Amino acid sequence: MGITSKPVVFAVLAAVVILIGTTVTVFIPLFMPSTQPVSASIKPYTAVEQEGRDIYMREGCNNCHTQTVRPLRTEVLRYGEYSKPEEFAYDRPFLWGSRRTGPDLNRVGEKYPDSWHYKHLDSPQSMFEKSNMPPYGWLAKNRLDTQYSLKKATTLGYGYSESDVHQQITQYRATVTDENYPSKESRNNVTPPELRKELTEMDALIAYLQKLGRDVKNMEAKK
Amino acid sequence: MTPYVQGNEKSVPFDCSQENLEDDMSETSTEKYNFTIVRGFAFSALFWLVIGLIVGLWIAFEMFDPALNLTPWLSFGRLRVVHTNGLGLGFGLAAIFATSYYILQRLTRTPLPFPRLAQLHLYFFNTIIALGALSLFAGMNTTKEYAELEWPLDIGVVVLWVMFAINVFGTLIKRQEKQMYISLWYIISMTVAIAILYIVNNLEIPVTLFKSYSVYAGANDANVEWWYAHNVVGFIFTVPILAMFYYFLPKSTGLPIFSHRLSIVSFWALNFAYLWTGAHHLMLTPLPEWIQTVAIAFSIFLIAPSWGSVVNGYYTLQGNWDQMRTNYLVKFFIAGITFYGLQTIQGPLQGLRTLNAFFHYTDWVIGHVHMGTMGWVTMVISASFYYMIPRITSTELYSVKLANTHFWLILVGQFTWTITMWIAGIQQGAMWKATNPDGSLMYNFLDTVTSLYPYYKLRFAAGVIYFIGIMIFAWNLIMTVRQQPSQAEA
Repeated sequence: MGITSKPVVFAVLAAVVILIGTTVTVFIPLFMPSTQPVSASIKPYTAVEQEGRDIYMREGCNNCHTQTVRPLRTEVLRYGEYSKPEEFAYDRPFLWGSRRTGPDLNRVGEKYPDSWHYKHLDSPQSMFEKSNMPPYGWLAKNRLDTQYSLKKATTLGYGYSESDVHQQITQYRATVTDENYPSKESRNNVTPPELRKELTEMDALIAYLQKLGRDVKNMEAKK
Repeated sequence: MTPYVQGNEKSVPFDCSQENLEDDMSETSTEKYNFTIVRGFAFSALFWLVIGLIVGLWIAFEMFDPALNLTPWLSFGRLRVVHTNGLGLGFGLAAIFATSYYILQRLTRTPLPFPRLAQLHLYFFNTIIALGALSLFAGMNTTKEYAELEWPLDIGVVVLWVMFAINVFGTLIKRQEKQMYISLWYIISMTVAIAILYIVNNLEIPVTLFKSYSVYAGANDANVEWWYAHNVVGFIFTVPILAMFYYFLPKSTGLPIFSHRLSIVSFWALNFAYLWTGAHHLMLTPLPEWIQTVAIAFSIFLIAPSWGSVVNGYYTLQGNWDQMRTNYLVKFFIAGITFYGLQTIQGPLQGLRTLNAFFHYTDWVIGHVHMGTMGWVTMVISASFYYMIPRITSTELYSVKLANTHFWLILVGQFTWTITMWIAGIQQGAMWKATNPDGSLMYNFLDTVTSLYPYYKLRFAAGVIYFIGIMIFAWNLIMTVRQQPSQAEA
């Protein structure tokens, strides 16, 4: 075996061997549009939803919640329509997860009112006594930091202008601080008085959760 | 009775069991080679092992009692990544660096060409791991499994990998021994593969110093990530552990490896096939089906090279099985390779579409991973350290009795741990699928979770047993090093 006395040749050969499978199953699919198809029905996240998604990532929610419903009978029964590739076109990174300590969240959007999420995030055990989910009430005590929202939307290629981002933020703030907001009471229960006129991290996280699986309904309806 | 094993092979290039046998014992060996660096990395590995396990116990408790989610930085979502990164990158890499620096120097009969760089590598490594742990506690998390570190630390990891690679190839190029033994091939392929995997998967666009977004979207990001995650397990928890196995088993038994030819075939087949299999982690997701199917096929194929090493290990002991009783190190290696064998059968099977539909997203997979890490990886690293540390400090192991206790505790702890998780996985998988006669679901999600709490408590107890075993391991090595001065005088 000549190559066992030539370390550099050996290393190059090893790299070639390693890159064959990599090229076929990873690099080539990257350049195939069919791997990650796009649909006009699936809209990018708004600035607030994206901030919520970043909080979801920061808190490592993906360690316990998946975001792919598999095409299995009982799974569709439990969560709803199975996941379609188009839904993830704006997901950088993907958040499919690998363990369901908690339920899948790909179809959680609009399943419950915002008030449900305020209560549940604040204290999962107050709603489900034996739940092992950590409480996240402290998210309502943090003002949402939006100073990088524009930069994030630009980096992600959402095509929002500065005024778009500004409008999305002020609009969502107006929604949750409105006197007639249906979840006003639950929100006020968890939000300290000085932040009730502001956007909190919990507001953004709920905005994100409510977006999950929302657009795919339109896509399916058009089919 | 040993040499006949290799008698039927035409060209036996190198018999590592006989290599440097005389200067193993000589006083000059510790002066000729740079063993300070080996010792530094070995004790760094022990440190991160203990930290990683404490975090592991903490999150194991949180699984059945959320009261331990005391602060944001102690919440499960943040701690789980501290556990996986602390043990994978902290313990795993440090142990690999320690043993690689040792194996490299011994098998090439060449001291490290850049000892100062190696020293810097040690400091830099521990700095990056410490900063990594802090940043994960703080929630700077890219969420890509086993690649959660944010971009500045990714650059740090790449730099420390280059520092390592320079000494690896420097030593190999300047080597005194003509042929490169099997273990060196595995070290080379690890060095190359990890560099490719880490860089490709961590390509991201920074937004701030602490935040970035992946360059890949959706299904592509998933495909790149699991290609990485699967192979980082392959090239950190398999390839370098095989390098240790192929080196330290013959060294500690005095028996040459059974078949050199089998190891060649296994090596290339493993390196070729591993990279095709990542998508078995994405079964029944929106990833294109052909990528999933190709992954299943190559996963089944991978049983062959994996078992090539298992068979090679078992047959090496042919006719000398009494060493299981008389040589405390052999137990670790044989138990370790047995878990590797079980692991590499279980893995491909649970990748099959139908079985995967049942087991995926349950604790079964958690059990699978931990048989590999707590069984195979830690067993082989333990024995390698027990072999190495007394030799580089010119002393005897502090206590063989303690080493035996360590062995039995981690064996019982690990086995209880993994079996508990397999049963929990089967139970939850069945409950998710169960339907009433009218076709409706029998259990709501929470019922399937709370039914697992007894298993989670047992898992925590098994983890404590395992942890005690590891503390004995650490204690034994600390005491070994501490007794060194008096031995040196004698």
